[in-house]
Amino acid sequence: MFYLSNYVRSKGDPKVVSSGPSSLTSADRLARNLGWFSIALGSLELFAPHRVTRTLGMEGREGLIRAYGVRELLAGVMSLSVDKKAGMWSRVAGDGLDMATLASELRFSNRRAGNVLVAMIMVGGITALDYIAAQDVGKQHDPKRGRKRDYSSRSGFPKGLQAVKGAALPQPASAGIGQREPAPF
Amino acid sequence: MKALVWHGKEDIRCDTVTDPEIEHERDAIIKVTSCAICGSDLHLFHNYIPAMMPGDIMGHETMGEVVEVGSGVNGKLKKGDRIVVPFTIICGECEQCRRGNFSVCETTNRNKKIAEKVFGHTTAGLFGYTHLTGGYPGGQAEYLRVPFADKTHIKVPDSLSDEQALFLSDILPTGWQAAVQCDIEPDDTVAVWGCGPVGQMAIRSAILLGAKQVIAIDRLPERLSMAEAAGAITINFEKESVVGRLNELTDSKGPEKCIDAVGFESHVSVAQPDSVLDRAKQMFMMENDRPHALREAIYVCRPGGIISIPGVYGGFSDKIPMGMLMNKGLTIRTGQTHVNRWTDDLLQRIEDGQIDPSFVITHTMPLERGPEMYRVFRDKQDSCVKVVLKP
Repeated sequence: MFYLSNYVRSKGDPKVVSSGPSSLTSADRLARNLGWFSIALGSLELFAPHRVTRTLGMEGREGLIRAYGVRELLAGVMSLSVDKKAGMWSRVAGDGLDMATLASELRFSNRRAGNVLVAMIMVGGITALDYIAAQDVGKQHDPKRGRKRDYSSRSGFPKGLQAVKGAALPQPASAGIGQREPAPF
Repeated sequence: MKALVWHGKEDIRCDTVTDPEIEHERDAIIKVTSCAICGSDLHLFHNYIPAMMPGDIMGHETMGEVVEVGSGVNGKLKKGDRIVVPFTIICGECEQCRRGNFSVCETTNRNKKIAEKVFGHTTAGLFGYTHLTGGYPGGQAEYLRVPFADKTHIKVPDSLSDEQALFLSDILPTGWQAAVQCDIEPDDTVAVWGCGPVGQMAIRSAILLGAKQVIAIDRLPERLSMAEAAGAITINFEKESVVGRLNELTDSKGPEKCIDAVGFESHVSVAQPDSVLDRAKQMFMMENDRPHALREAIYVCRPGGIISIPGVYGGFSDKIPMGMLMNKGLTIRTGQTHVNRWTDDLLQRIEDGQIDPSFVITHTMPLERGPEMYRVFRDKQDSCVKVVLKP
């Protein structure tokens, strides 16, 4: 495998030979992939709304598609950030909006109704993935996981607080920084 | 050997890497016996600090046994010596080192040219950090090459355990420097934002330095309980107003000395609207930092007071109330820690039993579980405050 830093390192530095298990969980990876999907779809909707409206028989609603594109991009950025949970839930909410919009276009007068139906099935599948990712990311990064412990006996003062309070004389930093004698080695 | 390697945002892996080699006559190689995950490692984990590269070995809190020594170490170290490795690499000879300003050593950053472009001037080389500070492989590994090893070390007596000595590498001197920079006087109130490992050390340092009262601010009960154990008064900012309570505890005058041990990843909450705005801007790369704690400290600090910042800041912070800072005549002191300036004194205090830094350790795990422990520490699961890894 190619590791860039192996080529910029100096001779004595360790080089990666093989990779082990990652801190990224499967839910993190799914959220990340869905984030990139959001960015791709959002870019398409923002910059080529006509392609979308033509495919779905929604001509004249390009402004709406552009707005959805912005929404997708925001959700994508959030999903790729460390706040994945917020990103995933915003995607789930967006999926609901997409589904409602598509449902309103599923009528006999729409000559692209078949495409709309296919799009609805796809959005349904994506919604399921978004929901699973949102749930799993939330569970895996939940601060409530693990034991709750009390550290009220950990003073760090083996001799007790009263014995050490003020034990160190104040050392004015203003008199020291930049002027102090070199520390002995 | 095994090492924890950065592969991208939130992607740390326990990889097999080649063993380090002596590269320069002043190098030494140590066999790592203990290393720890630092709060600032989380900034790298989140990829907020620029110039990390896939393949970088993490870790800057490390100790171990010397197994190989370069010819230029000149008897300062020998095989078998037990040392703590300070996170700042120092030459001990440049003008800044001679002044004791070790974290801005002019020699050890091997990417000096980049640092000069970004920071204006170079700063010291750091282990397991960004390539702006030299990109030196870190100590979350089985072995570590220590450059300038004749100066970059703290010898540890056999009477101390790894757990007692390890934090001389960073968090203990960092908390200590934060408190010393406050010029604490006996009638001072010192408020500490953030009860993570550095905050805990700053609280204890302020007590050793004789502050009248120390107030600890956080939201996690387990961290507040640890602060309380050292004699601090605690404020849970999710349950009460920080400004209101601090004023109540200081006759509405505010604390004379404030320590920001939070840094640039302040907690995001709708109760702190500025943090939400910062987070949004951070997401779109319009701002690097979320400096809510610093803004609050500037607001509440007593006029003429001192704000000490051991918390890490990454780049650009918006909406820092400079007018407030200037008109109140506040002094700000900050900087990466000049580790070796403080370690002789702190080592003595540990040996004398004044302080035992091992109180902060909540999880001890084998190195292989490092990637998982990064997650646990970041998500504050299992009441995690400090993780020590054993290679």
